[in-house]
Amino acid sequence: MAVPNFETTIGLEVHVEMKTNSKAMSPSPVQFGATPNANTNVIDWGYPGVLPQANKGALDYGIRAALALGAEIRPVLHWDRKNYFYPDNPKAYQITQQFEPLASNGQLEIEVDGEKKLVGITELHVEEDAGKNTHGHDGYSYVDLNRQGTPLIEIVGAPDLHTPEEAYAYLEALRQTIQFSGVSDVKMQEGSMRVDANISIRPIGSQVHGERVELKNLNSLNYVRKALAYEEERQAKIYLAGGVVKQQTRRYDSASNVTVLMREKETADDYRYFPEPDLAPVHISQAWIEQVRTELPKSAPARRAHYIDTLGLEPYAAEVLTQTLEMSDFFDVMVAQGAEPVRSANYVMGEVNAFLNEAHLDLQETKLQPENLAAMIKMIEDGTISTKMAKRVFVAVTKGEDAVAFVEENGLKQLSDPATLTPIITGILDKNEQSIIDFHNGKDRAVGALVGQVMKQTKGNANPTVVNEILMAELQARKPE
Amino acid sequence: MEEEMITREEVMHVAGLAKLALTDNDAAMFTDHLEKIFEMVNMLGEVDTSNVQPTFSVTDMDTVLRDDVAVQANQAAELLANAPEHTDNLIKVPAILDEGGEG
Amino acid sequence: MNFLHTDLTTLHEQLLNREVSAVELTKATLANIAATDSKYEAYITTMEDEAIETAAAVDAAGIDANNLLSGIPYGIKDNILTKGVQTTAASHILEGFKPVFDATVVEKMRKAGAIGVGKTNLDEFAMGSTGETSYYKTTKNAWDQTKVPGGSSSGSAVTVGAGQVPFALGTDTGGSIRQPAAFNGIVGMKPSYGRVSRFGVVAFASSLDQVGQFTRTVKDNAAVLSALAGQDANDQTTSNRAVPDFTASLNGDIKGLKIAVPKEYFGAGVNAAVKDIVRQAINQLEALGAIVDEVSLPHTKYGVAAYYILGSAEASSNLQRFDGIRYGFRAKDVKTLEDLYVQTRTQGFGDEVKQRIMLGTYALSAGAYEKFFKQAAQVRTLMNQDFDKVFADYDLIVAPATPNVAYGFGQNEDDPEITYMNDVLTIPVNMAGLPGLSINAGFSNGLPVGMQLIGDRFAEETVYRVAYAFEQATRLFEQVPGGDK
Ligand SMILES: [Mg+2]
Ligand SMILES: [Zn+2]
Repeated sequence: MAVPNFETTIGLEVHVEMKTNSKAMSPSPVQFGATPNANTNVIDWGYPGVLPQANKGALDYGIRAALALGAEIRPVLHWDRKNYFYPDNPKAYQITQQFEPLASNGQLEIEVDGEKKLVGITELHVEEDAGKNTHGHDGYSYVDLNRQGTPLIEIVGAPDLHTPEEAYAYLEALRQTIQFSGVSDVKMQEGSMRVDANISIRPIGSQVHGERVELKNLNSLNYVRKALAYEEERQAKIYLAGGVVKQQTRRYDSASNVTVLMREKETADDYRYFPEPDLAPVHISQAWIEQVRTELPKSAPARRAHYIDTLGLEPYAAEVLTQTLEMSDFFDVMVAQGAEPVRSANYVMGEVNAFLNEAHLDLQETKLQPENLAAMIKMIEDGTISTKMAKRVFVAVTKGEDAVAFVEENGLKQLSDPATLTPIITGILDKNEQSIIDFHNGKDRAVGALVGQVMKQTKGNANPTVVNEILMAELQARKPE
Repeated sequence: MEEEMITREEVMHVAGLAKLALTDNDAAMFTDHLEKIFEMVNMLGEVDTSNVQPTFSVTDMDTVLRDDVAVQANQAAELLANAPEHTDNLIKVPAILDEGGEG
Repeated sequence: MNFLHTDLTTLHEQLLNREVSAVELTKATLANIAATDSKYEAYITTMEDEAIETAAAVDAAGIDANNLLSGIPYGIKDNILTKGVQTTAASHILEGFKPVFDATVVEKMRKAGAIGVGKTNLDEFAMGSTGETSYYKTTKNAWDQTKVPGGSSSGSAVTVGAGQVPFALGTDTGGSIRQPAAFNGIVGMKPSYGRVSRFGVVAFASSLDQVGQFTRTVKDNAAVLSALAGQDANDQTTSNRAVPDFTASLNGDIKGLKIAVPKEYFGAGVNAAVKDIVRQAINQLEALGAIVDEVSLPHTKYGVAAYYILGSAEASSNLQRFDGIRYGFRAKDVKTLEDLYVQTRTQGFGDEVKQRIMLGTYALSAGAYEKFFKQAAQVRTLMNQDFDKVFADYDLIVAPATPNVAYGFGQNEDDPEITYMNDVLTIPVNMAGLPGLSINAGFSNGLPVGMQLIGDRFAEETVYRVAYAFEQATRLFEQVPGGDK
């Protein structure tokens, strides 16, 4: 929602941690949640005499992200140093790409209120993450270098965004694109995706932009949207009161939904960028790019089209299933195992999602296996189990128990054999002369009552479809003279 | 090309960037020395370098990229032991007051 | 014992024939250092325990008959990391610092069976050409203790020049091996950039630094380089080129070899006696059958300026890691983080280092980058093209190594420009990544004069071949401090 009479310009810089096994410039493991400093070596500590060892995996993922965002990849890659002192930055420089980024001129389609729009991506480059500082209450801070050197892609968006909603849609689309490219799990809560936003406004018609305000502490996509909305209004109020918006860095306070001044910038930081002399250039051949292209998983839009056009899902279902890569992959495995797509989709959107919400777990953290769930769906489809029984089976499946074995061991198989069901049905009909008469007089309810009795006698195990078939045949055969 | 001279203010500025404190005497001495160095380095300006590519490295190699295989060094204890102050596997520093660093 | 008259081949024979064991040789070497180092002050740290332990292991395994370095004691410049042994780079900021790993070159020496006996003095962080900027001590010239030893590898040059060890490792960023080799009358080699791993070498200027070695003879020098060289996964700028046995090319035959003599290296700033002696040496090469022509390297005069910008800029960044947080010296009684940084660095670095850090910081700062750093990098290209043109027609360049012979202490303190001009003849070789060797060409007033042999990139064999022919023809190495053989 724009502020009347003002035009807003929003620029977003997104950092995404890649899913590599090792760090960008050292062989130390990349792993979230390890003992502090356990995943470090002399390179991560910036020891005297150490040299960077550039990781091919980080460039593979960088190229992948560039392809997923339709960006142009430079044929020769150069590294640069960005110099600044900070305890979580052991060399006091970050190895990044300032002068010639890996790729540029990408784009991303976003949709706001049903309107589609292409947003430019100015550049993306690969760089090192910093370590982590925690602030004690004892007058000290504490440094953990486990994260130091984790490969990041920095994605610099073009200033094409004009509302907080557009910014939100851009970030959502970017998150999805990166996740479906397999480059990162893009979890904002674990910091594997981080957003820096800057925002300026100007009166409509004015050629001069206001000073840019940089926003920090944007820990969720919702916070980004809220912080930008707050900032839009705050800056407009300053203008309307005849004031001047100053170049500032502000922090979003989620508790009170306001932005708070952190610092005012008089002069730009001087990072003294220069080409990294410890690393030679890297030539990125067309063959390398094509190799990465073959490894690039199918994008979310391509998957949605497949679900709708080939599998016959509703657009809404296709949308829900492609909200995360895990969900979509899970569904794809089920279908590949021969589970009926629509029923599978409904199960994933319904029972599976309900289970995840209840358990507060991500799909990959559970014992749910798509092959196992597919086996259950197939048993529903072929009448082995009823949808009612399936609810019990599903609970077992969430615990990692084998669906087929569980049905077998617990005698959950439906009675579908006519040889068993026919004597039960004829026996019931023998005792319910009146129901037969009612049926032939056009009272359909009579059938329901008879089915109910069969179910009661079989403790609910009879296959309703088979019961119906036999019952109708018997009823026709017993038509009164 | 115009001659570049370094002023005392500039010397103080770069000392700040480099995290060095200068006494008045230091500042005077370094300004004097750096002025003399500038007299020499200013001669670079007389070279016509239009259309000349810069040389930042003279290695004859493309970077030999490392395969993405993690190696656990298991040397945290040794490294922490070299740190002037550490506690609970963490490196200890006086409180970080700003939210600086880089994004 | 001292090594003024014994080369590696002789020592190797003695070790093989069990005339002496590695432990005995090591103990005698350490005893001589203990007895003489108050005169030279070549060592910051000696490694008695480690050296004897290593020597015992070599004795136990047996001297390797195919390896001249097996069982040989040597010195290590103190900016090269030695696991568990204090490594200071001659700076207060690394006082007490014990590395947790060995530099690749130290590892290679260990594999070859060489025995590190101590860490030699240097200009702080290898910044200087007189040895005077060390925080710890001032090394004295092997020939005259009232004269500077040259720098920055002051201790390594002197320990070899004075016969304390048969060889020593140094580093050369703008002349730091060749210049002190010249001042001490020995053979000093800076190999091609990428020939030897820099892993574990405290960085000064990453695009210029190379490890090299000091020896008394050319053959010894070639033998040490053969063991040091090679691609290293820990240094992604090392070359994958095959490493030849550099001693194999030493046949004394230089007939028809084309030698270029750059006129700029005999300019006004070069001492007349130095020019004379080097010209005589060149005549000697001609007499041995080489074809000698004068050539021009027109951008030579910009070398020092470009070097001080590029080298200082890289250094300003490389030295930012010394912040008192993770290792080394931390200033006492600091209250804030800013204090920790500023006090540690202000107390930890000497003036020369601070001066270069500030120059380099300036050269990279907003507004100065294009005019200084990039301009210097472009001038570097022109300098390198000068060399390419000469090497299209010639096999080797020969020139003086230094403008002067060793001079007195404290001479150029207040004019950095004069001190910096010491390196005018050595810097261009680092800029282009070429191999450069300094060898004694004669004496001026009893002090050695160095001749510099500059090869095309990775053409160390040619450099050694010519150096060896000259050495065998003149046998100047037999003249040692304290009298002839
Ligand atoms: Mg960046
Ligand atoms: Zn970044």
